[in-house]
Amino acid sequence: MIQKLPVQERRIVYKHVDEEGYTNDIECYLKNGGYEVMKKAYQAQPEDLRQEVLNSGLKGRGGAGFPTGMKWKFVDHKSGKPIYLICNADESEPGTFKDRQLIYQDPHQLIEGMMISAFANNCAQAFIYIRGEFINGARILENAIEEARAKNFLGDDVLGSGYSCEITVCRGAGAYICGEETGLIESLEGKRGYPRVKPPYFPAVLGLYQCPTIVNNVETLCQVKHVIDMGGDEFAKIGVKGDSGTHIWGVSGHVQRPGYYEIEAGACTFGDLLHDFCGGPLPGRQFKALIPGGSSTKVLKWGEKFKVKHPNDGQEYEWGVEDIPLDAISIGLCGTFLGTGGSIVMDDSTDMLEALANLNAFYGHESCGQCTPCREGSLWLEKLSGRMTSGKARPEDVPLLKDIADQVAGRTICAHGEAVAWPVQSAVPKFQDEYLDKISKQASGQRYNPAGYPLI
Amino acid sequence: MPEDASKLVNINIDGQDYKVPAGMNMVDAASYCGVEIPHYCYHPKLTVAGNCRMCLVEMGTPMRDRSTGEPVLDENGVQKIGWMPKPAIACASNATPGLHIRTNSDLTKACRTGVMEFLLVNHPLDCPICDQAGECRLQEFATDYGRGYSRFVEEKNVKPKRTVLGPRVILDDERCILCSRCVRFTEEIDENPVLGFTQRGSHSTLTCYPGQELDSNYSLNTVDICPVGALTSTDFRFKMRVWFLKPVNSICTESSAGVNTEVWSREGKIYRITPRRNDAVNDTWMADSGRALYKQVEAESRMKLPRISGNQVSLAEAIERAAELIKSGPTAYVASGKLSVEEQFLLGKLAKVKPGSVYFVDHSREGDSRLISEDATPNLRGGLVTGLISELPGERLDALADALKAGEVKTVVSFGENLINAGIGPELLKKTDLVYLGTHRNDTTDLARVLIPTLTVFEKAGSFINRQFRLQRFLQAVPGLAGLLPDVVVLTRILGDISGDKTPDPSMTELWAEIAQAIPALKDLSFAKIGDSGVELDGSAYDNLPFHEKPGWHYEPKLEPATTSGSSF
Ligand SMILES: Cc1cc2nc3c(=O)[nH]c(=O)nc-3n(C[C@H](O)[C@H](O)[C@H](O)COP(=O)(O)O)c2cc1C
Ligand code: SF4
Ligand code: SF4
Ligand code: FES
Repeated sequence: MIQKLPVQERRIVYKHVDEEGYTNDIECYLKNGGYEVMKKAYQAQPEDLRQEVLNSGLKGRGGAGFPTGMKWKFVDHKSGKPIYLICNADESEPGTFKDRQLIYQDPHQLIEGMMISAFANNCAQAFIYIRGEFINGARILENAIEEARAKNFLGDDVLGSGYSCEITVCRGAGAYICGEETGLIESLEGKRGYPRVKPPYFPAVLGLYQCPTIVNNVETLCQVKHVIDMGGDEFAKIGVKGDSGTHIWGVSGHVQRPGYYEIEAGACTFGDLLHDFCGGPLPGRQFKALIPGGSSTKVLKWGEKFKVKHPNDGQEYEWGVEDIPLDAISIGLCGTFLGTGGSIVMDDSTDMLEALANLNAFYGHESCGQCTPCREGSLWLEKLSGRMTSGKARPEDVPLLKDIADQVAGRTICAHGEAVAWPVQSAVPKFQDEYLDKISKQASGQRYNPAGYPLI
Repeated sequence: MPEDASKLVNINIDGQDYKVPAGMNMVDAASYCGVEIPHYCYHPKLTVAGNCRMCLVEMGTPMRDRSTGEPVLDENGVQKIGWMPKPAIACASNATPGLHIRTNSDLTKACRTGVMEFLLVNHPLDCPICDQAGECRLQEFATDYGRGYSRFVEEKNVKPKRTVLGPRVILDDERCILCSRCVRFTEEIDENPVLGFTQRGSHSTLTCYPGQELDSNYSLNTVDICPVGALTSTDFRFKMRVWFLKPVNSICTESSAGVNTEVWSREGKIYRITPRRNDAVNDTWMADSGRALYKQVEAESRMKLPRISGNQVSLAEAIERAAELIKSGPTAYVASGKLSVEEQFLLGKLAKVKPGSVYFVDHSREGDSRLISEDATPNLRGGLVTGLISELPGERLDALADALKAGEVKTVVSFGENLINAGIGPELLKKTDLVYLGTHRNDTTDLARVLIPTLTVFEKAGSFINRQFRLQRFLQAVPGLAGLLPDVVVLTRILGDISGDKTPDPSMTELWAEIAQAIPALKDLSFAKIGDSGVELDGSAYDNLPFHEKPGWHYEPKLEPATTSGSSF
């Protein structure tokens, strides 16, 4: 089933990103056919638009990969309360930088996608919650909203349709956890960004101000525009069964050409991505590890083999990291996730314990502190791996790392618990020999330098 | 178990079937079935926060076919249980038909061990100097569910150790397990949100909002509900180890709300008062001011010695002299809702043996629409039920003053009432044969011919009828002052002296046998039957009285309340 295609990008949502002469003002957007899909959509019935999105098989691009049409289906339309649409533009997952380009370079695509989604779900008001560090991004969006309002693409009685909806931009204050949808909602309400307990606080029923609420990622909402443009069934033909459309791969780390590449789901492999698009490893180096889809997804190790039976064709495969096709299904079969597509590449110059300590420090810093396992587990992991990398490691610390992570995953209020645990749970079994090697070298007073490259 | 089976649902805990009230929180439902689900953040009177994760259990619900909605049956025709892939918190679920939980599975146990370990890694473990030690959930659950040793060798977090949150509460942030009970209390119950967390993750720190204080009169409830020793009472801090303290059930005399309390003492000395849960009266709450009332036991103004015309005498002499004065009369009696039902009953008997008018003094003031009602006495309704009064009293005793002036009354027996405050001037009092029974000195006590010091509510037993017409009893927490006797004994002896028919000092049981016979509203009752949560009486006979109490927690007046006098108590 997986045929080797000539490696090429298929730019849909990134069509105009980095395009020569393309600017983020409304005139440029209109010149390129902007808001035409919205005009078409407003002729249709909202429930028909929702059906198109369901048919498209579009999955959320915020990391969890939940089917968007399904999420929309859960929305409570009977409560009589207003329904809110929130665009999650908090993009904070380390290794992830895909939404940023959409916001900075093509804000009107997002606004069009949002206005279609808002109409399709009978939303009374929409918000864009943008990470605090995107100061310019917020300005760009606000400016774009004003431009769109001037042309009556949003606001009162949009294009004479009788439908009214505002979009309000709200800046975060620099907390990763405010990207978690219910933490985001609390923050939007002006409170501490504490994720809510589910059940009962499912956004589709009890979201913003206890009203039904849809939270979708920036890219997801941009994709919606193209789903409505092409029609759900057409969109579903892109990609593979169970993962339609394109993915933006944001590659960072030890490759020749880090960057972002929009690729049809399943059209090529990690090997193609890292070698053909990204130019392969740095001179003289070899790939060692890959975090495929944002820092919380489970790490892959070069040399690992994945024996899988693919549900789409029933065939059995044995893949190395570079053979894994770039779709959510295949990546899932290898025990990790596509996540946000933010791939972090590490070559053989990397000290894997340092890399783990770096992630642990991030999650320890970003736990909201609400629930015990994540709050205490994440800081313990941070302190423990911090000590281990400062020359005071004990061999028993290695299994302890994993034990702590095991006590976190699956027992917390929000998925930050998994984000804390997965890197450790996946890295320890795969790299424990290296950790122990380092520990024993340090214990005997030797300097540890895994591949012997000059230390910088 | 409740009788009404229609409101019960079947649940299954660890393979056992139980019936519990539908919709009951699963933490409570398990406890109802005798199964403990350890928990920190859950509190029955607060919203669910679900943050401590101590109550994680395995949970399953009866399986239904997704498309048809039909039950999925196993080979024996029993509906299959769909177990959730991850453990779930019991505190966020309510009892629904067929809900299954496992509280003793390996996964549940592992969850608890994990949470306990995490709660302790940054905990200062300063139990030896912590007030909570001995009644600390952290200690209890660490013993029951903990690993027993520590794997943590890193440095612990350092946080403020003595933050003054308000006049009565001091916080040790290192001990705080961030359960947010106190925060939710200030928001949801006290409706005075002043507490919140700053910082993030394990560095989160409880604190007051800038420029604010935890100074509400309900602030000490946060200390009660704090499952650990983070919030401490400034009054109780470092005074006594709790395992030396003996709790005794009592009733707060601060107002007619009749807050249920526990009075904690050691070797005859009271160290603190805490609220006792009664869902019909005060839930789990109590005002700070009521907690300070134990200080009246050792107050400087406490009267200790019986006197006749200012000279120290024995209690027997004082009782004898009092009886003589009452007998010679003409006599009037002044009392109030401060007296217990039993005392009021005996006063009623006395007023029959030696007839004379019984006056009540009104002690109304501003209330707080919660647990401090407009009536500053605990038992005004006792006066109605025992038949001492049939109307609401006034603040002033002008009729009595007139009777004294006219020489129609010669002897006045005051049961702890400051007659000068009530409008009987010192000059008039000096000419009166005043018998005073009470606990603390005031302007009036100095003018008494016979002074009989009596006991505080903490030193005796009895019962009060609160604003809801709920009869509630208090037990003796500490021994009375040396040489003094409970009011009911003093009254019985005076009665004996006057009637010449001396009876032995009555026990509460005996007294109640008599009360139940004499007072129709209290028939079939006994002191034991009042129990720990009280008995609701039928107060409908008094529906037309304009009581001073305005709406408060668990109280709605039947009539528009009379305006309060605003006099202080
Ligand atoms: C710790 C944490 C951080 C998250 N951060 C983001 C984020 O920055 N941006 C985002 O779109 N989704 C983030 N999510 C996922 C959101 O909770 C939510 O699933 C997503 O916004 C839904 O959008 P989608 O269905 O379009 O993917 C985060 C989730 C977790 C648990
Ligand atoms: S899992 Fe972590 S981030 Fe999520 S609610 Fe709990 S403490 Fe906060
Ligand atoms: S002070 Fe006590 S009640 Fe308040 S959050 Fe901390 S542990 Fe909970
Ligand atoms: S008691 Fe359920 S999570 Fe704390």
